[in-house]
Amino acid sequence: MKMTENKQWEPKIVAFCCNWCSYGGADTAGMGRFQQPASLRIIRVMCSGRIDPLHVFNAFLEGADAVLVTGCHLGDCHYVNGNYKTQVRYDFMEDMIKELGLEPERLHLSWISASEGEKFANFVREVTEQVRKLGPSPLKPEGVN
Amino acid sequence: MDEPRIGVFICECGVNIGGVIDCQAVADYAGTLPDVIRSSVNKYTCSDSGQSEIKQAIKDNNLNRVLVAACTPKTHEPIFRACVEEAGLNPYLFEFVNIREHCSWIHMQEKEAATGKACELVRMGVSRASKLEPLQSNEVPVTNTALVIGAGVAGMQSALDIAEMGYKVYLVEKNPSIGGKMAQLDKTFPTNDCSICILGPKMVEVARNKNIELMTYSEVEEVDGYVGNFKVKVRHKARYVDTNTCTGCGLCVQKCPVEVPNIEFNEGIGTRKAIYIPFPQAVPLRAVIDKSVCIDCGACSRACSSNSIIMEQEDTFSELDIGVIVVTAGFDVYDPEPTHDFGYGLYDNVITGMELERLINASGPTMGKVVRPSDVKPPKKVGFIQCVGSRDKKRNRYCSSFCCMYALKDAQLIREKYPDSEVYIMYMDMRTPFRNYEEFYDRARDMGIRFIRGKPGKVTENDDGGVKVRVEDTLTNDIINLDLDLLVLSVGAVSSESTERIRQILKVSRAADGFLMEAHPKLKPVDTTLDGIFIGGVSQGPKDIPYSVSQGSACAARASRYLAQGKAITEGITVEVNHDICVACGICVPMCPFQALSIEEGKLNIIKALCKGCGTCAVACPTGALQQNHFRNDQLLAQVKNVFTFEE
Ligand code: SF4
Repeated sequence: MKMTENKQWEPKIVAFCCNWCSYGGADTAGMGRFQQPASLRIIRVMCSGRIDPLHVFNAFLEGADAVLVTGCHLGDCHYVNGNYKTQVRYDFMEDMIKELGLEPERLHLSWISASEGEKFANFVREVTEQVRKLGPSPLKPEGVN
Repeated sequence: MDEPRIGVFICECGVNIGGVIDCQAVADYAGTLPDVIRSSVNKYTCSDSGQSEIKQAIKDNNLNRVLVAACTPKTHEPIFRACVEEAGLNPYLFEFVNIREHCSWIHMQEKEAATGKACELVRMGVSRASKLEPLQSNEVPVTNTALVIGAGVAGMQSALDIAEMGYKVYLVEKNPSIGGKMAQLDKTFPTNDCSICILGPKMVEVARNKNIELMTYSEVEEVDGYVGNFKVKVRHKARYVDTNTCTGCGLCVQKCPVEVPNIEFNEGIGTRKAIYIPFPQAVPLRAVIDKSVCIDCGACSRACSSNSIIMEQEDTFSELDIGVIVVTAGFDVYDPEPTHDFGYGLYDNVITGMELERLINASGPTMGKVVRPSDVKPPKKVGFIQCVGSRDKKRNRYCSSFCCMYALKDAQLIREKYPDSEVYIMYMDMRTPFRNYEEFYDRARDMGIRFIRGKPGKVTENDDGGVKVRVEDTLTNDIINLDLDLLVLSVGAVSSESTERIRQILKVSRAADGFLMEAHPKLKPVDTTLDGIFIGGVSQGPKDIPYSVSQGSACAARASRYLAQGKAITEGITVEVNHDICVACGICVPMCPFQALSIEEGKLNIIKALCKGCGTCAVACPTGALQQNHFRNDQLLAQVKNVFTFEE
């Protein structure tokens, strides 16, 4: 199948999901058939604490229009407090993306439990809408799909 | 690393995936990706034939990596890992791509976009698969003891079953007696057995079982460790009574001058003393002092012939080594007070179903006389309102499942006790599944209980203390005004605070309704996503007694698999250090919540058995010396990179 037929630009959003909560939330959204734009590409990690700023910035450099950092609600981390570390790293990333000249709406943090399928779907819808308005990421390399 | 030879299997999952995604197109696309030796479509990849096809393909094509694009790894990864292992591959050389929950099911109307996305997800997966490496799972020994949290009927059953299999069980109950909510009930539907008559002997059995160590009036404070090796700290709250010498004679209770409403057992109807025995059939049958109301007068001490009162008693603690944990921490009945549903809390003669249970119970505060609270006279006209707080978007969306049945039961009991009485049940739907339940419903009709389909709009109080209920019968469209002496609200179940406390300690997930969440709604109804921790009874969701008991047994069976084997397998996904790069700066050490890392003699030391593989330390490592197996940077970055393609 040819992937590059003259298609209109559609946002591509990379989401890092922790195995226990937010990946489960995405599953629950599926089980509940909560329809959402086909913009999301999920990368599963065991804990949101495994999400390295390196991964996030790489995603932007490769062409992501937005990146979502997600994990369990604070207090619910399967690894005690991994998400608190995520929070600290996220704050740093927030500052960094401004330095890189990106709109803050392109980076999001959300705590989503395995039962919050609807919340997950709404989140994807909202971010996709925001990004549609912003247009392609200014960091997107030429010719990237 | 050997040259990757990847086999890709795209699952149609019947029409679940195949009905939306053009699976053949995805397989064809996968065939064009680097390192992919073969790709094909299966109707059901997880079926026996689907799995045989994978094994055959591994042999035929000398595959050393396998990718399945199907449903969620959360349920099916173990199946496919086992499958490739049977074909001689290391199970960690398997990669899972979710094109059902994360694609076909959420893009049902956009078939083309869904197919395109599936191609990209597979491309990301293939890039990761080519970088996978074999890993070894770890075997850990399992301590042959179980902890059961909550001694209601589900927990008691679980403890008994595990104990009878020959394992030691610690049964921890926060209340001074075991028995849970069932001990408060009068009769049980659909047989109308006396609740405590069937529960009492079971409570005694629990207390007598040599393998069960009963810890009443105790709470789990801390849980550390992992399957097979939990370290549990339990607080034993001071009873101010020596339970070894107290005989439960009750002389102290008679002499105690302090009287307060009996909220714990009688729903606030009637009183108890500051020193009390929870209820006549309590196990253990021992007194307990409620220090929050005790005036330290010493009357109990003087009355006690065995010198069992110890006013200076303090909380004590136990540290337990536990192999497996069963949580049956119970529930609360929905409280209509704060929102004054149907006048509850405003009008004396509006009560809850649980309050009625205590009124109608022969050993309850009124010796089984049903009376209206306002004037203590037996009511002539009694109404029930169903689904109070339940099936309501503003309160609890779910059906509490037992309220229809208990209303039918209580209505019958009232008619039996007071044949002159009129009984009305106002309902939206009557739900009576399971054996003999529908027949029970028929019997209620035959007994002359009147059913009105409709949710009352307005409840007001009459001058005589009775309540007027205005309800539209939606079957006849008549507006009915009922003058009732007593109005009973059939309230449902809500998750309790103590369950929430335990949930947070154990890190078990919570479902949207607030109850504990099982690992799979169909196939793992009492497992959690945490190895060695099981959930049952109403803490997992509303259910009646037989269902709670079955779940108690189910938890016992699931938990004792570990006890019987004496070992558990933990994931090979641990962290690994490259000593050539590591400068032993120690930044990673405090990152680990499990104390798996330490710097010893200028070198980073990793205790693999403690590492749970979250990978947060690897992020902190400034040199890149730490890598999380199976989620190494190169593996994750390959996925990131392959979200995108370049235009030629
Ligand atoms: S000391 Fe406390 S518990 Fe004992 S009789 Fe007096 S008030 Fe009751």
